Amino acid sequence: MSIRVGESASAPSFQKAALPLLEDAQLRRNIRHATDVIQRKRGLVVAETTDWQELRSAASAIKAHTLRYLDHYLVQFEKACTAAGGQVHWAADADDANRIITGLVQQYGGDEVIKIKTMTSEEIGLNEALERAGIRAHETDLAEVIIQLGGDTSSHIVVPALHKNRSQVREIFRERMNLPDLSDKPEDLTAAARHYLREKFLKVKVGVCGANFLVADTGGVCIVESEGNGRMCLTLPDVLISVAGIEKVIPTFQDLEVFLQLLPRSATGERMNPYNSLWTGVHAGDGPQHFHVVLLDNGRTRVLADPEARQTLHCIRCGACLNTCPVYRQTGGHAYGSSYSGPIGAIVTPQLLDMRYGQSLPYASSLCGACYEVCPVKINIPEVLIHLRGRVVREQKSALDPEALAMKAAAAIFTSRTRFEAAQRLGRIGQWPLVSHGWMRNLPGMLGNWTRVRDLRALPRQTFREWWKRRAKSGSSGPKRKNGDA
Amino acid sequence: MPDTREAVLERIRSALGDTARSEPAEDYAAIPREYIRAGRLDPEARLQLFLERLRDYDTHVVETSVASLPQTIAAVLHGHGQKKVIAADGLAQEILPRDFDFIEERAASVDDLNACDGIVTVCMVAIAFTGTIVLTHGPGEGARRLTLLPDRHLCVVRAEQVVETVPEGMERLAQFAAHPMTFISGPSATADIEMTRIRGVHGPRFLDVVLVR
Amino acid sequence: MHSEPSFLRVSLFITCYNDTLFPATGQAVVRLLERLGHSVDFDPEQTCCGQMHYNTGYQQEAMPVMRRFVEIYRDAEVVCIPSSSCVAMIRDHYPKMAAEQADPGLAHAVEELLPRVYELTELLVHRFGLEDVGAYYPHRVTYHASCHSQRSLHLGDVPLRLLRNVRGIDLVDLPNIDRCCGFGGTFAIKMGDLSAAMLADKMKDVENTGAEVVTAVDTSCLMHIFGGLHRQRAGVRMAHIAEVLAPTEKDTEGVVFA
Repeated sequence: MSIRVGESASAPSFQKAALPLLEDAQLRRNIRHATDVIQRKRGLVVAETTDWQELRSAASAIKAHTLRYLDHYLVQFEKACTAAGGQVHWAADADDANRIITGLVQQYGGDEVIKIKTMTSEEIGLNEALERAGIRAHETDLAEVIIQLGGDTSSHIVVPALHKNRSQVREIFRERMNLPDLSDKPEDLTAAARHYLREKFLKVKVGVCGANFLVADTGGVCIVESEGNGRMCLTLPDVLISVAGIEKVIPTFQDLEVFLQLLPRSATGERMNPYNSLWTGVHAGDGPQHFHVVLLDNGRTRVLADPEARQTLHCIRCGACLNTCPVYRQTGGHAYGSSYSGPIGAIVTPQLLDMRYGQSLPYASSLCGACYEVCPVKINIPEVLIHLRGRVVREQKSALDPEALAMKAAAAIFTSRTRFEAAQRLGRIGQWPLVSHGWMRNLPGMLGNWTRVRDLRALPRQTFREWWKRRAKSGSSGPKRKNGDA
Repeated sequence: MPDTREAVLERIRSALGDTARSEPAEDYAAIPREYIRAGRLDPEARLQLFLERLRDYDTHVVETSVASLPQTIAAVLHGHGQKKVIAADGLAQEILPRDFDFIEERAASVDDLNACDGIVTVCMVAIAFTGTIVLTHGPGEGARRLTLLPDRHLCVVRAEQVVETVPEGMERLAQFAAHPMTFISGPSATADIEMTRIRGVHGPRFLDVVLVR
Repeated sequence: MHSEPSFLRVSLFITCYNDTLFPATGQAVVRLLERLGHSVDFDPEQTCCGQMHYNTGYQQEAMPVMRRFVEIYRDAEVVCIPSSSCVAMIRDHYPKMAAEQADPGLAHAVEELLPRVYELTELLVHRFGLEDVGAYYPHRVTYHASCHSQRSLHLGDVPLRLLRNVRGIDLVDLPNIDRCCGFGGTFAIKMGDLSAAMLADKMKDVENTGAEVVTAVDTSCLMHIFGGLHRQRAGVRMAHIAEVLAPTEKDTEGVVFA
């Protein structure tokens, strides 16, 4: 089984990856600006949606239901899509999916494809696999064009080039599109991309896309987008191949009424995004006459098997959790070392990989809960993070790990009054070499991480319980009540 | 390949465990749906909301009557200086101005679509709250590429096609669920460069809506 | 909001870190509750709620700590905890922990205990029906809304309602009031650089208010925010909300006069 989630199996720990990103002032400014803008817009459209909480509840319930019957709905989708002229393939893992898609492209005689942004293809490393087979994959989302031409990787699920500003984009376009006089005005940059891509849309015979939703009862596929490149890739080529995680399926066409209200507001702060496309199999005389769907497992069945973490698969890839996360705000997506970043990335990445990689990711959170508050499908991300931390400790940590030993010692202290009070006294005595004028500024070992940026007040002369004991003895305690009250 | 299908389905079943499951339809029916389905605005307020949303997207909006529809269409096209305009196949002939020389969609190549000044279509339903026009690409709505490649799109919307909420829109669309469908909510946009919203990346940059009362 | 005319016996759970590092928080809670006519008891068997272990992934180690808490407060009339994160631990996780132990006795004990557990400001406003506790605190104060207080306890503006009634207070709004300060328990140690970056943003917001004092319902957040401000010699000090509510015009201990 070769399950793959972008480059996460070889990525450095979050702490390590974060260091150079924290130094990048440009990046940090861009991320703050971008996330502030999207959050503000989201706030406005959510505030005017008086049934927002009811929509979230319904969406969460629909997803939970679908997962409970996932086999049923996937089979139903396959049947309906096939009856409408589509062909459905099943891929166990990344290699499987890449093999199927590469084979299909070769079958139709293509050496290039046009693509709509799909996180799923980044997860499996599709572009690289196609490249190895001599097939060039042209990204067509403006941000993905920026990323691809700039030889970079995406740093956000929805706005992948959020870490680049206009002059950086101009430099990339000038060089790679051969436009020496290009200005850095966003309108001009966009016009350059429009022109560059139009040629590709009209020429390339095979399109590759993902899927926002697979509709089981009709066999339909729904793509949600803003730029129109989606519509181009979905209608102009002769052949269309969609690669979709098995969790993308929803039971009915009607269920779109819930998700189409939640997704645009959560992702880009709009009541509705510019274009939604829905098609079912093959439509005679309109659009691609060959349509293939590759249903991808790649570790999702593992997530499904963990009842406490199964809710991870509710995700509709809106990116709202990234935009609100105070940790993501500081580093952007590259710190997570995965195709999926932010709070959702922190829980989905290690799970797909059976906790063998990405073990630092569940700890890349202060458990503030802001993500859960904004998640349109009510994934309780903090709960899942805590659960995954438990798995890391139980499955990956050695009993001799210094942290594990310290935690065991602390547990022993907390389970006995005598030991607790002894530890308090010991701390008070033992701290003296470290205390200067009532403060500690330089703690040893792991605790040094605290004093690198914070002072710590010395343990006071008297703990609360010692004060309480003394006060009880002196008899100066008791409620202040008027005479007569008991 | 059949083996992979069975393997994935088997993994799903074993992941879900041995817990007895009721029929999916029964479990599906129990999903709580307390969100708003029906709109509360009267028809006039609903139309006003729809037009307001369209204007927010910089859509050019003109209201007209059934009788004046052809003249209105002509006026809009002339107003923009549009000469080479493609009419979607299956458009009711009585809505188009007689003295305008439309290109028929079936006679138009991809190059014609790229080079024309615009297209004219009708739609299937419109959703007021989100300012959305939905095409099911049936008669008069054009194949999907028709409303994609050209730079200007004139869409005729009848007042009775306008509903208030997304659920109401989906209800009207249910019978067309197996059709190709395109939901249009303003011209295409990107915010990928410094979060500045730029219009018209691909797809028509200009949308005209003629609302027929 | 109903008014509780009778007086209660309040069992104080001081929290492991307040007990050891910030006894003044507990002293203020006692002073406040006694002034309001309630009697306070303190069981010295108490230690910790288990949050540090549980949240860091040492859920098995947290179990005996949790059992201990439930046992100690089995017969308490009301438990008052001046720490929203500890209350969140108890409310959000104790039922699940008990269920996982397949111990119906424990599950039942937890179920009986939860309705009697209150964070301090919840106790004052929701249980006692008070928004004015007769406090006097003539300082420029800004209030940070800790994550657990907002997203687990849904305290909303309960602490602010209490603060607004404090005589002499100059209460200043904190921008980004509910953005995480970056403490996160062991996060501050394990992800030190991220914690520092988040702390920098929070300190900036605090300093921009011109406040002398930053307050919250959790001393844990405060020791992190104030630890940073003190390192910078920023001239801002911290006070748990109990320390702002405890002094009165007649009893001004805790009020720092120029």
